[in-house]
Formats: sequence, structure tokens, C-alpha cells
Amino acid sequence: MHRTWAIVEREMRRFSKSPMMIVMSMIFPLMQLVVLGYAFGGNVKHLKLAIVDQDHGVPAVKVRELASAVSSGARTVDLLDYTDSGQALTDLRNGVVNGVLTIPPDFSRRVLTNNAPRVALISDNTDTFVSASLGATVGGFISQMNAPETPVRVVGGAGLDIVEVYPYVPYIQYLLPGSITMSIFMMVMIGGGIIFIDDKARGLHEGYLVTPITKLELVAGFNISGTIKAVLAGAAITVIGSIIAGVPSPLDPVRLLRMMLVISITAFALISLMFLLMVRVSDPLMPRMMFGLLNTVLYFPSGAVYPQQGFPNWMHVIAVVDPFTYSVHAFKSLLLKNTGFSAIAGDVAYLLVFSVIAMTAATALFKRTL
Amino acid sequence: MSNAIEVREIVKKFGDFTAVNGVSFDVKDGEIFGLLGPNGAGKSTLIRMMVTLLPPTSGTATINGFDVTKKADDVRRSIGVIPQAMTSDLELSVYENLLIFAKLYGVPRETRTKLIAELLEAVELTQWADKPVKNLSGGMRRRVEIARGLVHEPRVFFLDEPTTGLDPVSRTAVWGMLRRIKSQRDLTVLITTHYMDEADKLCDRIAIVDHGKLVALDSPDALKASIPGRDPATVTLDDVFVHYTGRDLRDALQEPSAADSPFMIRR
Repeated sequence: MHRTWAIVEREMRRFSKSPMMIVMSMIFPLMQLVVLGYAFGGNVKHLKLAIVDQDHGVPAVKVRELASAVSSGARTVDLLDYTDSGQALTDLRNGVVNGVLTIPPDFSRRVLTNNAPRVALISDNTDTFVSASLGATVGGFISQMNAPETPVRVVGGAGLDIVEVYPYVPYIQYLLPGSITMSIFMMVMIGGGIIFIDDKARGLHEGYLVTPITKLELVAGFNISGTIKAVLAGAAITVIGSIIAGVPSPLDPVRLLRMMLVISITAFALISLMFLLMVRVSDPLMPRMMFGLLNTVLYFPSGAVYPQQGFPNWMHVIAVVDPFTYSVHAFKSLLLKNTGFSAIAGDVAYLLVFSVIAMTAATALFKRTL
Repeated sequence: MSNAIEVREIVKKFGDFTAVNGVSFDVKDGEIFGLLGPNGAGKSTLIRMMVTLLPPTSGTATINGFDVTKKADDVRRSIGVIPQAMTSDLELSVYENLLIFAKLYGVPRETRTKLIAELLEAVELTQWADKPVKNLSGGMRRRVEIARGLVHEPRVFFLDEPTTGLDPVSRTAVWGMLRRIKSQRDLTVLITTHYMDEADKLCDRIAIVDHGKLVALDSPDALKASIPGRDPATVTLDDVFVHYTGRDLRDALQEPSAADSPFMIRR
């Protein structure tokens, strides 16, 4: 075992002389956290809605007033009045406006005669998110128009009260668990995979292979040192990311302790996976190519940026075996819900089993000769 | 005098290509043995089999009485190896490089510091002990590797082209140090080189390998005397080399090295 520690000591001495490595492993996940968190986290605002009023009656004016209230209140829409529906549609196609609300000529008459009055929203559905937001906004104020002015005394239908268990979670906080996992992964790739293959190409491994070190000692040495580096990166981004994302009590010692456990197991699982993938690789280009591929295949199906319930079946299969899934779930439980071990026991168990299988396979595949 | 190295009918094939083809020789205890041959002759493959880096396809090699395939770890404990490529860690200091390898070889803590100090003295790097290897010249780096290869006091020392790429002064210094270290220790040395004059001065016996086969093996003087029709006093080892290996250029394609990749982090 002393040879394993010699490898760990050598790697840590090198690491201590390259402090930029830990900074580099954190820059990308932090940038992603801030940019994606703020880009996707807010409500959509200032969508351009063209209004073509072909009616001009009192009910049509009411529609116009309700739209103006949304425009000046929530600012979801900015209103643009059009007299020519053809021009409005041309502007919609050219991207000048995001939607066209047409109030037809017989709208007021139909309202007053209670004859199924309708307005039309024509939206640019090439952007489904914008289209859905416009639909919801216009639908909202049309429902408001339909609501009785004096509440009925007897309510016939069932009502729904929604109670949220946890305080409001902004999207940047929702992203943080994925960013911590990504930071661990970055360090595993930079401080583990890329350095491992570069050292191999440079001939440094030849120096190890002529010593009496065993395969297991060598792989364990690389894994332990890679885990230590990744834990440092994960711990640093947990604290920095929690502060940036506004997680309540970011330095809660009990939660930090639980986080460190999951960070350590995640780091060990990912470094074991990385060695399993790299154990027979000798081309320095390979880990760099795999970096982007793995980033996509592991990060996005994990539920870090979007709920897994929205995935197609084939992506569910990836999500089930993806170690990121369990890491992200455990970090979400601890950071967003402040749960105990019972909520993350399954995640921890999966990551441990994954680590043991990956490291055993990597050791078996490791060639003790050139 | 017993044999430190015994190689019998050793063969190494890479697919259809036979790199080493039935080579046999012995190296006596305490001997400095030179392995010469043109580029691609199979010298490095032969050394790599002897130091357990490559498994032989057939045949045997015994180092200090241990078979390289059956007792590989015993072989590794008893040998020091300086590979052709520089394998020292450039970020670490000279001392750290030696320390890590002393630990890898299981050198006891009590003797480690003293041994490293003695070796640094022997290769004249004591004053540079705390400097990163990346700041040293090529010759100094080679001396670090020599010290590193001896940090566990091996009985057989393998050096694969230790002076290639060094300027004449550094080369002379490396050979001088090897000679001095050899005189102070019970050490058998097997060395490959392209510098015939150095092999002539340093080696007790020389083996010439060509096309994977052993084509000559004797002392430098006996090899010179083996050239027909020439006065041995005027024959150089270069003449011997050309006599046994011919004048043809050994142009051949080789597998691209991963170390040539432009994507590697250069340090």
C-alpha cells in the first residue's frame, strides 16, 4: 500500500505546484451556473404583441385595457397597435412582433348577444417557449374578462389550493447541484484523464512500470489522487456557488458535512469511470475529444437542467445508468431541501457500487507492460 | 564469476514483424556490457523484455537469477532502469523525484535520506536538489535519472541510450559519473549507445545486434581483431560496427508516438 501513497504523494506535490488547475476546473461550471441560471431563471418579459382591433366596441376596448394592464404591470408583453392585419402578419413572419392578437369586427356584437365571442392569437411557434408564454398571458387576461363582476354566492366547482413545501427556488439554485457535479467532472478530466494520458505519452509511466508496484496499487494511487483533487474542486464550488445562487445558510456545517460525503463519493465514481475509459488510451487527443462527448452524455440526461420526466424513453435509459443522475439528485436533496441521509441513501449506494465496478474493471484492463 | 543476466533464444514479435529473433547472451556480475546496433535493430525491445516492460514471445531471460516472466517483481526490485525517454517529473524538484522513487521501491525511511544525499553527491547535483527538474539542462536531467535509477541500490543497471542528445561535455560527464559510481558499487551495467568511442572506452564486452539478431559479441579489442585484413591497432569500433551491420541505411516506417501529438500538454 505504501506504493499507492507514493503515487498519491507525487500527484499531490504536482497539483500543489499547479494551483491554476483547480481554478480552471471551476471557471466553466461557475460561468454556466451564472449564465444559465440568470438566462433561464427569470420570467419572460417584453414580448411584442401586435393588437389588430377590427371591432372598436366597448368589449374590444376592455380586452385592450386588460392587455395594457399586463403590459404596464408584469411587463410580459409590450403592445403595438396595428390597423392592417396583413402588415401585422408580415411583421410576425419577419420577427418584428412575437404575436398578433386580432379582435374580429363582430366581437362586441357576439359578446352582447352572448354568441360565442372569440379573439384570435396568431403566434410565432418557431419559439415554443415564447409562443407558450404569449398563449398563457393572453389566455389569462381573456379569462379575467370572462369572470363575473360580482362573485357568485354558491360555488359549484371544486377549488384548488397549492401549498409549496419549500421556499421559492430560483432556477440558479436549481442548477447549482449540476454545476457542482460538473466541477468535479472537470477536475476528473483535467487533473485525472488528460494528465494521465499526457504522462503516459511522455513516458513517465515507463518509470513506474519498472518498479515493483502492482496494477491495483498504481490504479488506486491515480484514483485516490484524482479523487482528492476533485473533492477540493467540488467543495470550493459548493461554497462559492451557494453564495452566488443565494442558497439559505450556505455554510451550515451539518449540510456541508453531508455535501462533502456526496462530493467524495461522486469524485471517486467519476474518476473510476474516467480510468475505465482511459485505461487503454495512449493518444493525447482522445481525452480531449471524449471530454465534450461525456459532458453532453452525462450532464444533460442527469436532470441537472431539465426534469427527467420530460425525457423520451431512450434518454431515460441513459439517465438510469448515468452517475451524474444520482449525484445531482443527492445534491438537490441536500442543498434545496436540506434533507438527511435517508433521502440520499439510494444515490450514495448507487455511486459506491458504480465506483467499485468501474475501478475493478479498470484495474483488470490496465496493462502492466507496454 | 556468476552471470547477472542470462538471455536464451529470446524472441519478440509484433504481429508479423519480428523485432528480436532468437538472441542469446550472458552478462557476468560486475561487467559493463554494451549493446550496439543500428536504429531499429531491436536493442530497445531487447532491453524492454529484460526489464519486464515487454513480455517475450518465446525464450527466456533471467536477471539476478529471476525469470523475467515468472518472477517479474523480484526482477524489478533488483534492477535500475533509465529508459530512452526522459521520464523524470519536470514539475517536481530533483530531491522529490528521487524521494518518490525511493518510496515506490520501498526504501526504508531510515536509509532514504542518506542514500539520496549520497546519490546527489555522486551525480554532482547536491546544490540543485531543490530546483524543479524543468529548470535543469539536458545533461543534468540525465544525471537526475541516473541517481533515480540507483535509489534502491539495484544490482543490475540498464541504460537505454543515456547520452543521446547531450552535448560532448555533458556526455563525458555522464560517462565519468557512471564509471565512478560503478567503481564504488557492486553493479552490473547493460548499456545501449550510438557513440562507439564511448562504448570502446567504457564497456568490458560489446554485443552487436542487427535485424533482431546477435551478429557479434566479444571484448572491444577482440571485435577489432576480428576484422579480416586490417591491423587491429588502426581499427576503430566504428569499423567493427560497419563490418557487422553493413552500410545500408535502415529506413523503415514506425508507429507514430503518442508523445508526438500536438495536443499533449508540454511541460
